[in-house]
Amino acid sequence: MSTPQPPLPQTAPAPPCPGYTSPIPVVRTHLGHAIAAEWTKMRSVRSTMWTLGVFVLLTIGVGLLPALVVVGTDTDLSSGENPLGTGAFGLLVGSVCLITLGVLTMSSEYGTGMIRTTMTACPNRGRVLAAKSIVFFAVAFVVSLVAITLVSLADVALLEGHGARQPTGAEWLKGTVGVSLFVALLGLLSLCVGSLLRHSAGAITVMIGVMLAPLVLALFMFSRALEGVREFLFEYSLPSQFFVFYGAALDEKGPSGWDPLWIVLGLTAAGYAAAHLLLHKRDV
Amino acid sequence: MIEAVGLTKRYGDKTAVHNLSFQVRPGMVTGFLGPNGSGKSTTMRMILGLDNPTSGRVTIAGRPYRELPNAPRLVGALLDAKAVHGGRSARNHLLCLAQMSGIPARRVDEVLGVVGLQDVAKRRSKGFSLGMGQRLGIAAALLGDPQVLLFDEPVNGLDPEGILWVRNLMRALAAEGRTVFVSSHLMSEMALTADHLIVIGRGQLLADMSVKDFISANSADFARVRTPDTEPQQREKLTSALTEAGAHVLPEPDGALRVTGLPLPRISDIAHEAGVRLWELSPHQASLEEAYMRMTQGVVDYRSTVDQREGLMAPPQPGAQPPLPVPGQGQPGWYPPPPPGAGGAPYAPPQPGPYGTPPAHPAHPAAPPVNPYAQPAPRPTADQGAAEPGAAQDRTAQERPAQDRPAAAPAAAQPSAARTDTEDAR
Repeated sequence: MSTPQPPLPQTAPAPPCPGYTSPIPVVRTHLGHAIAAEWTKMRSVRSTMWTLGVFVLLTIGVGLLPALVVVGTDTDLSSGENPLGTGAFGLLVGSVCLITLGVLTMSSEYGTGMIRTTMTACPNRGRVLAAKSIVFFAVAFVVSLVAITLVSLADVALLEGHGARQPTGAEWLKGTVGVSLFVALLGLLSLCVGSLLRHSAGAITVMIGVMLAPLVLALFMFSRALEGVREFLFEYSLPSQFFVFYGAALDEKGPSGWDPLWIVLGLTAAGYAAAHLLLHKRDV
Repeated sequence: MIEAVGLTKRYGDKTAVHNLSFQVRPGMVTGFLGPNGSGKSTTMRMILGLDNPTSGRVTIAGRPYRELPNAPRLVGALLDAKAVHGGRSARNHLLCLAQMSGIPARRVDEVLGVVGLQDVAKRRSKGFSLGMGQRLGIAAALLGDPQVLLFDEPVNGLDPEGILWVRNLMRALAAEGRTVFVSSHLMSEMALTADHLIVIGRGQLLADMSVKDFISANSADFARVRTPDTEPQQREKLTSALTEAGAHVLPEPDGALRVTGLPLPRISDIAHEAGVRLWELSPHQASLEEAYMRMTQGVVDYRSTVDQREGLMAPPQPGAQPPLPVPGQGQPGWYPPPPPGAGGAPYAPPQPGPYGTPPAHPAHPAAPPVNPYAQPAPRPTADQGAAEPGAAQDRTAQERPAQDRPAAAPAAAQPSAARTDTEDAR
């Protein structure tokens, strides 16, 4: 041992912990172990299944509704409409479930006290946060992608004879992978907020506020002097950024193309950094 | 081996743990005692790296917990049995902990069998009773087959069978050469389980010594003497006769007498000479509970009082007997007499080293050479410490609290008066 020890008449200083040695081989742990553990945690609670189940139901159910209305009432869309956009609303509504799941992934451990067990089992706190983030992001992304792809395929097939055009490859990419990344990142941001606030209800409220408040505030800014703020809020509120993926933003001057993804990525990165730092500094 | 050096934790302006230094050695069960709010759990959390100390450090096998390469394989802990997600089954809870530190999954089934939860392994832990939750927590601590084990109140909520099992488990783990550090409020349990004690109060170290030394240093054995209830004058007579002979006599609430400073045969002789009949003459061995109560009575933060029920009680019927008070309830000074030599100091630590050297006893040649009653309690003196080679460490640990508290010195400075009482007993 390199560290100086006070003289002990009874114990010899040579072995670090004399006495018992376990027959089970000791392995050096890495992120993979933590990811396996977090995956076990995620799949072994019912709330995960419920939240993801409701998410899929909302995404597919609400997503198919506009297309079914169009088919049922035999109306024609204005020509050149992107049929993928009609299914997007379901994913936007469903993203509330991903926010909830993201928050719960972290804050439920604080609510139950499990976090102390987790941090004792893995004292590397950064590793715990990373493993949780990776597992959650992967699950959220895959489930969103599957759900929105199903909705999109159905929408395109349903609306083919009703004036909608065939979406291009880039539109397909943005309308499936793009939005899935967007909502999964929103969920990851929620996970970081859950880690910062350590309180499920509080963190969910904050995230829903972040989603809706800018839009609601903008709606009530009638004054001329606030015109600039109002426009900014409209353009950069999360729901309108979401519709940018379908080329149907509320305002044409705001973010376009893949911009919303980079914006949310930046937000999430900032949230992750804050969560990481605080996790290291604070007592569990 | 757990080693704390100058460990201090402050929450705002409240100091939970102050300058705590101790070592927990392998191969024995070390009890960790202290009143509610004395900083036991905070200390445990700092050992496990959950709380960062304000100053000082605590290491396990020479390293802080958070820097151990695979901590759960070296240290297993039961901090709070309720620190589980209630929606997860017992098996999945342990499985995720096992995966976290690369422990094979069959070890999970092994520890479930060890704690006797194999039949409810698939059930969600939300429905577990307190004792079942405790068993799950113990399973989690044993999962990594670690060298160092920490248990915070392990027998909380366990049935008698479970308490016996935990006691044997702790002893077996220590016998295998592991370090076992257990906090508990159950003194009777601690007396049976622990070999060594670390006692803290208000975040400071009060004692770090073997259980045997702790009891003898903090409480004295005494004799219970009962004279016929029908003749109170006999009681008076015996009291004065015993006091004359140098004993210290205290009346007990139920009419008996508590006598210290005289061996049982001598009490009997004195009673015989005084012509007093005895209904009871029984030796009372000091228990760990009494010793603990005596040591910590000055540092208890949350003290219960008698429920007055003011204004709710019907006025007492004239002539009605007031109920006999329950011993210990709102009666300061109920607990046993001070240890030999400690005087009246509320929690005087043992007086080792320079103060502890007993005077030669030429003044008491009449003292019986062998005394079966007083003999089991050894005196905390320096010459005794020197006689046992292993006691050297304990002695240095005992000196620490003495230095912290100058108030203890006056008690030690006048040992002759207090000591003469007890010399007869030896």
